[in-house]
Amino acid sequence: MVEVQKDFIQEKETKIIKGNVAAAYAAKSARVQVISAYPITPQTTVVEKLSEFSDNGEMPGTQYIKVESEHSVFAAVIGASKAGTRTFTATAGQGIFYAHEMIHWAAGARLPIVVAIASRGPAPPWNIWADFTDVISQRDTGWMSSFCASHQEIYDEILMSYKVCEDHEILLPKFIAYGGFILSHTSKPVIIEDQELVDRFLPSLPSEEGWPHIWMDPKRPMMFGNLIMPSGFYYEFRMKIHDAFIRAKEKVKSVAKEFEQMFGRSYGNGLIQEYKMDDAKVGVVIYGDLALQMEQAVEDLREEGYKVGMIKLRHFRPFPVEDIINSVKKVETIGVIDRATAFGSQTGGPVSCEVKSALHEIKEAPNVLPIINGLGGREVSLEQQKNQLKMLVKLNETGELPKDIIHGTLWDGLLEVE
Amino acid sequence: MVKLKEALDSCQEELFLPGNSCCAGCGLEIALRWAMKALGPNTALVTPASCLNVVIGLWPKTAPNFPFTNMAFAAAAAAATGMEAAFKAKAYRFPNKGWDNITSLVFAGDGGTADIGIQGLSGAAERNSNILYVCYDNEAYMNTGIQRSSSTPHGAFTTTTTKGKERYKKNLPGILAAHEIPYVATCSISEPLDLYDKFKKAKSIKGCKYIHILAPCPPGWGYQSEESIEVARLAVKTGSWILYEVENGIMTLSKKSKSLLDSSKRAPLVDYLSKQKRFSQISEKDLIELKEHIEHNWERINIELSCQEQYPK
Repeated sequence: MVEVQKDFIQEKETKIIKGNVAAAYAAKSARVQVISAYPITPQTTVVEKLSEFSDNGEMPGTQYIKVESEHSVFAAVIGASKAGTRTFTATAGQGIFYAHEMIHWAAGARLPIVVAIASRGPAPPWNIWADFTDVISQRDTGWMSSFCASHQEIYDEILMSYKVCEDHEILLPKFIAYGGFILSHTSKPVIIEDQELVDRFLPSLPSEEGWPHIWMDPKRPMMFGNLIMPSGFYYEFRMKIHDAFIRAKEKVKSVAKEFEQMFGRSYGNGLIQEYKMDDAKVGVVIYGDLALQMEQAVEDLREEGYKVGMIKLRHFRPFPVEDIINSVKKVETIGVIDRATAFGSQTGGPVSCEVKSALHEIKEAPNVLPIINGLGGREVSLEQQKNQLKMLVKLNETGELPKDIIHGTLWDGLLEVE
Repeated sequence: MVKLKEALDSCQEELFLPGNSCCAGCGLEIALRWAMKALGPNTALVTPASCLNVVIGLWPKTAPNFPFTNMAFAAAAAAATGMEAAFKAKAYRFPNKGWDNITSLVFAGDGGTADIGIQGLSGAAERNSNILYVCYDNEAYMNTGIQRSSSTPHGAFTTTTTKGKERYKKNLPGILAAHEIPYVATCSISEPLDLYDKFKKAKSIKGCKYIHILAPCPPGWGYQSEESIEVARLAVKTGSWILYEVENGIMTLSKKSKSLLDSSKRAPLVDYLSKQKRFSQISEKDLIELKEHIEHNWERINIELSCQEQYPK
C-alpha cells in the first residue's frame, strides 16, 4: 500500500527536468483536483509524471481519470469543472483536433480549465515536432492561449494562468503551448516553488458552491446548456465571451506583476516581453522556444553594432493589440516570425496577420515582413536567426527584399528543390 | 418485485416536471419519470444530444427538478465520469456533506449510445467508472426526424431506410455485459415496477451500471399516442424485446420474459408489428428474417443460461 500524504508537500527546489515534467509539477503545485488524460506524443511524459505523483500519494484527494481519447479527456474535465473543481490536462496536435468540439464546449460554458500543449505539426504527413499550428488553429474557440519560451516559463505560466482564468470576472479556459521535443523532451533547471507560497499566490480552490455561474449540486438543482432560441441570450453570451477576453488583458498584466513580486521572475507585462527594443531600428515579433534563441541572436548582433531588438509574444489570445502597436512603433522595420501556418490568409502566417491587422490604422507604421520558419520541427539555427535579423536591417536600410519571398512572405529555410 | 402501492407511496415526488415538451405518449418521458422516482433527487444527470435535450424545455425554462447538464453527442459517458470525479474530489475537501452519495447518471438515446457515443461508453465501462448509464431506445434518430441508428430493428422503415432496414439491431446490452461491468439490465416502459426495481438496484451498486430501456416513439414508429404502453408491452410479449439482468456476469431473465424461453408462450410477432406504421411495408423475406433473428436472440440467452448452470457455485 502506498502511503497517501496528508497534504501536498513541496519545498522550493531547483530540479533539472523536462518541459513536460515542469508542466506536471505546475499542476501539482496548483493542487489540481481532477486530471483527465490520454497519451499523445510529445505530451506523454506530462501524463506519466502526473500518474507517478498520483500513484505515490503525493496529490491527496486528486482524481485522475485515464480515458480512451482526447474527446473524452475534454468531456471529463468539462464535467469535473462544471461540478466546481480545478482541472488540468495536457495534449498536442491531433489530440486537439479530435477534441475540437469539446474545446468549443468548455469556452461556451465559461470553464476555467487549464491545458498544457506540447505543440506539434498537423498530419499528413505524420509529424510530431514543434509547430504551433495545433494550438493556433483553435483561435476562434474562446480559449485563451499563450506560448512558453523556456522550461521555467512552462511552470510559471501554468500557475499564472489559473489565477487569470479563475478570476470570476474572466472565467475562460486556456492553452499553454510550448514546442514539442524542443522544450517537452529536453532538460533544464526549473525552480519548483514552495507550496505555501504558491498557495498564497493562487486563488483558493473553488468553494463548496463551485463557480458563480455553473454548478452541479442536488441542493441547488439547475439546468445548464439547454437549447436556446435565436431570440434568447445566445448572442449576448457570445458577446460576453469576447468582452471577457478584452478584460483579461489587464488581468494577465496584473497577475504577471504579482508573480514577479512574489517569485522574482519577470515575463514583461505578461502579454509581451520586450528585449532591447528601446533604441532598436529593426525588430522581430517572435514566440515560443525560438524566442529564447532569438535573444542570443539579438545579443550577438548588438555586439556587432546592429541596433536590433525583439518582442516576445506571450499571448496569442487575447491578442495584445495595444502593446504590440506601442512596441512595434519603436522600430522602422519589423519581422514577424511564425512557426505555424494560416493557409490562404494575407501572409500565410497567423501572427503576422494579427500584427498587420493591429497596425492597419496606425500612421507611419513600420514596414512589416512576415516570416515563416521551423514548420514541423525543422531546425532553425542561431546562425539562421542572425541572418534573419541582418536581412531585416538590409531591408530597412536599402529597401531590398530577400530574393526568396513567396507571395510577400519569407519562407525561411526551405529546402532547395529543382 | 416492489408492489405498486409501495412504489407509488415511496415516490410521490415528481422530479421530471409537467410542462416539458415531450410528445403525447412519449416513451422517454415515462422512462425518465420512473427512473427518477427510483433514484431520487440526489442525482445529477448528463444528457448528450438527443430528444431529451429538447423536451426538457427551451432556455431558461426547465422541467427536470434535479441537477441536469447538456453535453455534446459523443461525450456523455466521459462527462459523467468527470462529474463523478469532481464529486469525489469535493467529498475529500468537504467531508460528510454527502458529495460522495450523488448518483451520476447519463440518459442518452440509442444514437448517442450505440453509435456516436459507444467509444466513450466503452471507455467508461472498461474503467468501471461509478456512473449509471441509461440508454432510452426509441430505435432511430427521432430528434432529427427518424433516421436509422444501429439500434433500429431489421425491416423497419426510417427516412434513411426507405425500403426497410437491411441490417439488425445492435445488441448493446450484450456489448456492455461483455465489458464485465457489475450490472446490466434491460427494461421496458410497459413494466414500470420492474424498471423501478432495476434502478433501485443499480443505485446501490458501485461501479459502472448500464440500463437499456425500450422507449417507443409514437411519431417515429407510427402508432397512436395512447398506445405507447400497449406497443411496449407487445414488444416484450412477442419476445422482440427481452427483459433481463446481468449482475456480476450472471444473467437472470426478468418475470415478464421468463416464460417466453418457451417460444410457444410468445405472442405472434405480427401483433407487435401490425400496430406500427414503420413495419407496414415489411417484405415477406424481411419478416421471416426478423423472426429468425428474434429466435436466435432467445437461443443465445438459452445457451447463456444453461452455461451458467454449470458455473461453479
